[in-house]
This record gives sequence, C-alpha cells and structure tokens, in this order.
Amino acid sequence: MSVRGTKIEIQGLSQRYPTRKVPTFNRVDLVSPPGEALAIIGRSGCGKSTLLHILAGLTKGTEGRILLNGTEVAGPSPRWVMMFQAPHLYPWMTVTENVGVGLTFARWGKKEIAERVNDAISLVELQEFAQANVQDLSGGQQQRVALARSLVMEPELLLLDEPFSALDAFTRAALQKDVRSISKRLGFNIVIVTHDIDEAVIMADRAVIMAGSPGDIVHEMDVDLPNPRDRTDPEVQKLRARLMATFQEAANYRKPEVALAGAVH
Amino acid sequence: MSEAATPAGAAGEPGAAGLAAAQGLRRLLWGVAGIAVLAVLWLIAGSMLENNPRTTNFATFGLIPTLEAFPQLWAAGKIQAASIASGYRLGMGLGIAIAIGVPIGVLMGRVKWFQQYSNSPFQFLRMISPLSWMPLAVLVFATWDGSIIFLIAIASVWPVIFATAAGLAKVDPAWFKVARNLGASPLQMLTKIIMPAIAFDIFSGIRLALGVAWIVLVPAEYLGVTSGLGYAIEDARETLSYNHLTALVLTIGCIGYVLDGTLVMLIKRFSWHRGGAN
Repeated sequence: MSVRGTKIEIQGLSQRYPTRKVPTFNRVDLVSPPGEALAIIGRSGCGKSTLLHILAGLTKGTEGRILLNGTEVAGPSPRWVMMFQAPHLYPWMTVTENVGVGLTFARWGKKEIAERVNDAISLVELQEFAQANVQDLSGGQQQRVALARSLVMEPELLLLDEPFSALDAFTRAALQKDVRSISKRLGFNIVIVTHDIDEAVIMADRAVIMAGSPGDIVHEMDVDLPNPRDRTDPEVQKLRARLMATFQEAANYRKPEVALAGAVH
Repeated sequence: MSEAATPAGAAGEPGAAGLAAAQGLRRLLWGVAGIAVLAVLWLIAGSMLENNPRTTNFATFGLIPTLEAFPQLWAAGKIQAASIASGYRLGMGLGIAIAIGVPIGVLMGRVKWFQQYSNSPFQFLRMISPLSWMPLAVLVFATWDGSIIFLIAIASVWPVIFATAAGLAKVDPAWFKVARNLGASPLQMLTKIIMPAIAFDIFSGIRLALGVAWIVLVPAEYLGVTSGLGYAIEDARETLSYNHLTALVLTIGCIGYVLDGTLVMLIKRFSWHRGGAN
C-alpha cells in the first residue's frame, strides 16, 4: 500500500447553530503540512468534534472553507476518512467483508478487493480473524477492523474522533502506537480529536488546544519526541507536563484554585 | 470479551455440530410427539362420534375416514387444484403487500415527518378487520379473484410496514454515517446497508403477514369463487362429505405449517442478531 499525505488548510471556518446565540467556533485558521499527525485537544463542548466532522465533509461549516491539497472539501470522500469513538462494524459481514466495504462501494473487482483487504488486515494484525464474525471480536479487535476499513481506502487523511476512549488502557496504548507507526510508514495525515493529553503526546507531531466560547485555537505546541514513544520516558513525561499546564491555563483551570488560596490567607 | 478471543471460539466450540444435531433430533422428537397426541385425541373423538347413536352420521369427521379421503381427493386432483388456486391468491396478495409495505416501512423508518404523519392513520386502518373490506372490495373489483387478492394484501400489508419501520428504527445511525464516509451512493446505502440490516425484521413481518393472510384467505373463499381451499371446504360441507372437509382442513394446516417453517428458515438465514431468531 502506498499513500501520500495532504496539505490541510482550514481558512476562516465558522460554525453556528441557528438556535444558539454564540457560534460553536468563529473564524478558525489552521494549516497542517503533508504527513503531519495533528492533535486537537479541548474540553467537551469546545467544538473540536464539530470541526472534525466538517473536515470529513459530514457536516458543513457556516463560513470559511477547508482545502485538502488545494481541493475544497464539499462532502464525504474515501480520500478523507473518519474513524469514530465506537467501531460501528456491520454485524452481518465478516471481518474481511467489513474491511472491504468501501472498495465494494467504489465498485472494485473482487480480486483487487481481496488483495487490498488482505494487506489492510495484515497491517492491523488480524490475519487469523479474517473470516470471523465481527461480533466475536473484543473491543480492541473491533476498533482494529474499523482502522483497517479506513486504511483500505488509502486515504490521504485519517480523522480520528476520540477513537480509543472506549477501550481499556492496555489496548488503547497499543492502538495509539500502532496508528502512529502505520501513518508514518504510509505517509498519510492524521487529525485526532481528543481530551486525553497522553494520547496527544503519544500520537501527534503537533498539538493545538481549542478552548473558549466561541471555540478557537488558543495554543499550539510541537510534540518533538523520538519514536516509538513510551509514556514512562522522562522526555515524554516532561512534554506531557508542559502540555497539561498549557491546557489547564487555556481552560482557565488554575484561576479558581488561585482565588481560593487567596481567600484562605 | 478479552483481546485473547480465539478463532476457534469464533467458529464455535469443538463438537458444537454434534450438539446442534442432538438438539435438532430432540426438537424433531418433541414435534412428532406433539402431533401424535393430537392424532390420538382426534382418534378418540372420532370413535366417540361413531359410538354415539345421535352423532353417528358425523363419524366421517374422524381421523381414519379423513386419512382415507386423502388419496381420493388427490386422485381427483381436487387438493392440487384448490391449493394452486389458493396459493395464487395468497402469493399475489402477499406479493403486493410486500411490494407496498417494505418501501413504506423504509420511508417510515428513515423520514421523520412521514413517520409522524402516517402513524395515526396507519394504526387506525390496521385495526379494521380485513374481512370488513369485503363489500367494498366486491364493488371495486370486477372479479372475485381481484377482491380476494385485495383483502389478503390489505390484511398483510400492516405487519410488513410496521416490522420494516421498527427494524430500521433499531439500526445504529452511525452505520449510515460510516457508509457515507466510505463513499456509498444512496442506492448502495439501500442495497448494501439498509436491506441486510433489516432483512431479519422484514422476514419477521412477512411471517406475521403470512399468518394473517392465511387466516383471511379461507373465509374470503367461502364467498363467490368456485375454486380454492375455502371453496372446496364449503363444497364438501354442502355435499355432506365430512371426511373430505377434514382432509381439506388438514391440507390447510399442512401448507400453512410448511410456509411458516420456510419463513422461519429465512429469518434465521438473514439474522445477524446474536442468540438466533425470535
């Protein structure tokens, strides 16, 4: 499998719901170079998930536009594929059929589908489950199938919406590493939306912090660490602490503590 | 479930096939035993009819005269002709019900405003006894066949509509989002996602519809027509050939049983729900 990344340009993107006074976010600008793994961190309700849905073409922004390699995102496309919090596999299909479903939509030949699907299944290390019923797989294995289902389309951009938050800690750590290494090996972009600082540090090349109402990008930080990353590594922990401090500052976490401390004295 | 789930676990426990066969055999034995009890009761009732001087004229209702009537009816081609005539009406009526019911059900399950507008009128129409449409059907349709097919269709369309809509309502909306995300066209969404997702529910609805249609068919055939199982029963009653009557009743039971069994098989075939059908 060979994939190339894409240059992502978010230009003046706004999103407002007619029923709400304050826009979800207002005039967001963001550029991500080809092959970058970008993490968008923020608390619930800051609009990060909406931003991701607009990137995937599943929702429309009210203003502004998104360019991928210069082409405007006008709707969903197998070139930019989203992975959700839950795997959402089709239970009447085997692992192989689930992984190949996007290619059957594109009317590929049976033989070509079989080859590509095989590659994708090996990539996520599920060869021995290829013919299994997806309902017999564990949560982590199911999310691997969902990953393979996205990767088989050879997307330029993989969008991840808190994709591992429903998994246990061990499975989550393993998948975070695997997705990063696969993306680096194949060269596609990642945009991952998360509220988990660890996830950003393990997976991303750069982290941006979204906060406020309307939401905006308030900080960004390069995650310049060697690969593979281990969360016990002191370098990783140092960067994690810095990112956490920035995140809390952005989210105005410290202010009430300071005020409280002042009141006691 | 753990990460360590094995393919062997996925394919079923060792010896699962043997276990399933044993279970199948046990189910068959229970079925045969149940039918045997029914047959013995019938036999007893028959002999009581025969031995009571006041009911001895009706002795041919018994099991043995009934079984004797089968070869006679078969040789005369009566069972075949009646079954074909009834089968045609049933098939046409059910076919129309499915052709109308599935799209309406899909619409109800997918389009919120349609669901809200149609729910009350549909629930109202559903509660009208199908046979009460009879006078209207006779006025509207030129042939008796047409009226009967209409009655079967209107009786069986509701379970199909409601089962389809209910099936769609249970579907994970993210399945559509994922499919759209992976480039499914609206037609592919229908054929590759919606239909396989709810085939189980549609067949469950058709199974209910078949039950209702089969119930409506026989009384509908008492009127007007000169063919079909309902007519043949009425004819047997008028000619006082009670053993023919019971043989035909038995035929109705057998055909219904086989049709229902076929649908149960289809439901199982298209079920992806864990824990099997029902």
